[in-house]
Amino acid sequence: MSTRQFGEAVKRNEDARLLAGRAQFIDDLTLPGMLHAAFLRSPHAHARLKSIDVAPALARDGVVAVYTAQDLGDYWRPGPLIVPPPPVEGAVFNERTQVPLVKDTARHVGEPVAMVVATSRYVAEDAAADIVVDWEPLPVAAELAAAVAPGAPRVHDDLPDNLAAHVRQTKGDYAAAAKRAHRIIKRRFAYDHGCAQPMETRGVVAQWDAGSERLTVWDTTQAPIAIRNGLAGMLGLSERQVRVIAPFIGGGFGPKIMLFYPDEVLVPWAAVQLGRPVKWIEDRAEHFVATTHERGQLHDAEIAVAADGKILGVKDVFLHDTGAYDPYGLTVPINSQCTLLGPYVVPNYDSTFTAVFTNTPIVTPYRGAGRQHGVFVIERLLDIAARELGLDRAEIRRRNFIPPEAFPYSNEIIYQDFTRLSYDSGDYAPMLAKALELVGYERFVREEQPRLRAAGRHVGIGVVCYVEGTGIGPYEGAKVQVQTNGKASVLTGIGTQGQGHYTSFAQIVADQVGVGVADVEVITGDTDQFYWGAGTFASRGAVVAGNAVSQAAVAVRKKILRTAAEHFECAEADLVIADGRVAIAGVPGRSIALGELAVLANPMRGAVAAGTEPGLEATSYFGPESGATSSGVHAMIVEVDPETMIPEILKYVVVHDCGTIVNPLIVEGQVHGGVAQGIGNAFYEQLVFDGEGQLLNATFADYLLPTALEVPRMELAHTVTPSPLNPLGIKGVGEAGAIPVGPLFAQALEDALGLPSQGVELLEIPLGPSRLWELARAGS
Amino acid sequence: MSGERVLIATTVNGTRHERAVEPRMLLSDFIRHELGLTGTHVGCEHGVCGACTILVDGLPVRACLMFAPQANGRAIETVEGLAPDRTRLHPLQEAFRDAHGLQCGYCTPGILMTMKAFLAEHPSPSEAEVREALSGNLCRCTGYQHIVDAVMLAAKRARA
Repeated sequence: MSTRQFGEAVKRNEDARLLAGRAQFIDDLTLPGMLHAAFLRSPHAHARLKSIDVAPALARDGVVAVYTAQDLGDYWRPGPLIVPPPPVEGAVFNERTQVPLVKDTARHVGEPVAMVVATSRYVAEDAAADIVVDWEPLPVAAELAAAVAPGAPRVHDDLPDNLAAHVRQTKGDYAAAAKRAHRIIKRRFAYDHGCAQPMETRGVVAQWDAGSERLTVWDTTQAPIAIRNGLAGMLGLSERQVRVIAPFIGGGFGPKIMLFYPDEVLVPWAAVQLGRPVKWIEDRAEHFVATTHERGQLHDAEIAVAADGKILGVKDVFLHDTGAYDPYGLTVPINSQCTLLGPYVVPNYDSTFTAVFTNTPIVTPYRGAGRQHGVFVIERLLDIAARELGLDRAEIRRRNFIPPEAFPYSNEIIYQDFTRLSYDSGDYAPMLAKALELVGYERFVREEQPRLRAAGRHVGIGVVCYVEGTGIGPYEGAKVQVQTNGKASVLTGIGTQGQGHYTSFAQIVADQVGVGVADVEVITGDTDQFYWGAGTFASRGAVVAGNAVSQAAVAVRKKILRTAAEHFECAEADLVIADGRVAIAGVPGRSIALGELAVLANPMRGAVAAGTEPGLEATSYFGPESGATSSGVHAMIVEVDPETMIPEILKYVVVHDCGTIVNPLIVEGQVHGGVAQGIGNAFYEQLVFDGEGQLLNATFADYLLPTALEVPRMELAHTVTPSPLNPLGIKGVGEAGAIPVGPLFAQALEDALGLPSQGVELLEIPLGPSRLWELARAGS
Repeated sequence: MSGERVLIATTVNGTRHERAVEPRMLLSDFIRHELGLTGTHVGCEHGVCGACTILVDGLPVRACLMFAPQANGRAIETVEGLAPDRTRLHPLQEAFRDAHGLQCGYCTPGILMTMKAFLAEHPSPSEAEVREALSGNLCRCTGYQHIVDAVMLAAKRARA
């Protein structure tokens, strides 16, 4: 291919299989002799398990085994801590990780109590219902603010209270800055994020081969290598005895990187015990309580501003709901703490959070991973500051932007990757200007809004800014190879859940190796194919794995040139690689196909020179010193029906900077999908628990995902400040679209309903029609 | 209940199948696990997400809301029946590929079947009509925009 593939809107390699219904997802797998598992789950948010009788279940035809915590023996142990607490001085962290099956106390609804294995899923579910459990319900700490009140029921009775963690991070001297402030604005903010709800639930299939003494596990995980390593350790196997395959996965968005879920521990173990393959596929009802959530934080935040709107400092004290256990460490609240600083110069910052155990499902990162919460706080504070100072909303943001010459810009505090938070590059003012232009800000505010308001319509505009720390380490790797059929292959350890890695990685290789994108086969998520890696999270696939792929491809290109130069007895500089062949420039007929060259690179006779490796193949690893900082501006015009409080988005604009773009079509898709999830979070989705910790809306009829009617057509524009932290200049894009939608809704809905003039501010997310109606009514 | 079987006969993508199944077996499980046509995906099993949409006698139906015996004597089409052969795609599938109308692809088979029936009745839809017709199918990845583009593209090509 003489045309460059990198950066082009190339059609995806994976699509034909997916469209034809041939792509293998986990539940598509059927193995000879396969058994099916179902779980009995706790109906109580907090209860003592007094006794459990599985005999009726075992008596049912088709039931092969029923396991309780007692049956697991030494295999029963709390799960690993995935992310340790950050190295922040004075940080407190109480590690309490999830258990495979409830032994004595259930701590959230949905916690598994017993596993049934049977000849069909239907029988397994019947048998799970046969099990008799004698529960002693305990007082419940269901709600975040109540869980920290003195005397609240304790989720873990070996701790004095529900404190999971306490972290304070500071930059500069907020107290001194506050003394100089023209004005200090202080509010309480409540931000609740929901659950990811990928269209495919989770699942695990495991097969123990007694002959080869090898375990194969298919798992809908975003981190197959970590699952392999952990399972090998738990089962007393070597890592080479365990193969974990993450097949095609129907969306991840964060919760599928949580590890280990109880089922991930139990299904492989049962397969070894029984000597038969075991399959467990989560159903949607289970998913609502068995897969992790993200949920809420409560912020008491204040901003100190000068008369011209310049930020002098921010102070924030917040509570973070971590659920019943905290296996994912403090990633979510650390992200909130760091991302609050946004694209702005905040010279003084004092942020303290307390993570709190509650009797609710575990909180782990979900697309945005706490960044939303922080962005909501700073954006709302700026909106209020603008109002109180008589400044335009866009103008106060512009005045506070970090200037382009200030990069790399250090925010000093510790980020989720444990490095000092530093922005690698960016240029924010042009993004804002572009967004304002695209949404027609000036004209709307001056002409359209007054005209429409006079006609009785409730229309408003919003504009918000954000940054996202993406592409963190530690590393990823890739092996690139030219195969003897002339096609290239890429192996990498990260899993893929719809991000288009089969195509974007192929694009990176295609240019170097001189083949078409369709002739690059990308294999991800199979630990037997590539041994090392961390996983797909933190918008890091294209950044970290993409650069490893690029480095490996560059090395293969060198091998191609060297091998061809030896073959033709010419100089490497005389060679061109294109269209799957290596040719001597300007000499017609003197060329060799890449496949033939691959055969030459693997001779069967003769001696190869010392230090020579066979094949046209290279493996490379890439680990950035710190994350690359993406940024963006979202703007929208919304109309609200004041009777129903249902919003209609009339215009939605995204201007985004994710550095160098590999495939613009894929980037657009990532942003669209992120915004859709952001809209869900801002207005439609909320996990509603009662005081007993029961989730009241655990169906898609009650927990409302946005449909094609709620998500508007979006207009996208890109600016590019390449990341200096990786050779390709890429910044991550996976989570960006989802992050700023909450404050955008709050700002635009306030504007549409004229709430500030009625003394009403929207300081919480999600809003939703009923809540918006209550809040608006309180003002009038 | 377990053990009782009823004999059913259905035609799926033009092939007749006879099976003895438990009366409670969901049609979605029958298609996926009895017939091995795993292109039809299961997203919620309560009739909201639309991932399992198939055509029964030409009309879109959620396979998770029917029992297999209810399909006795019916003609079913699934995503596997769209493409003419293994190397080619149906024009609707082509349009989805061209417009990047899928990401993880899990909801896609249900959307394709829904849109196939929709386009048969509405060969020249407006974007608003496409969105209305899509609103019974949940997609968590795409934000729908490229799906709408794909359906409009398929309609335009069919008219050309």
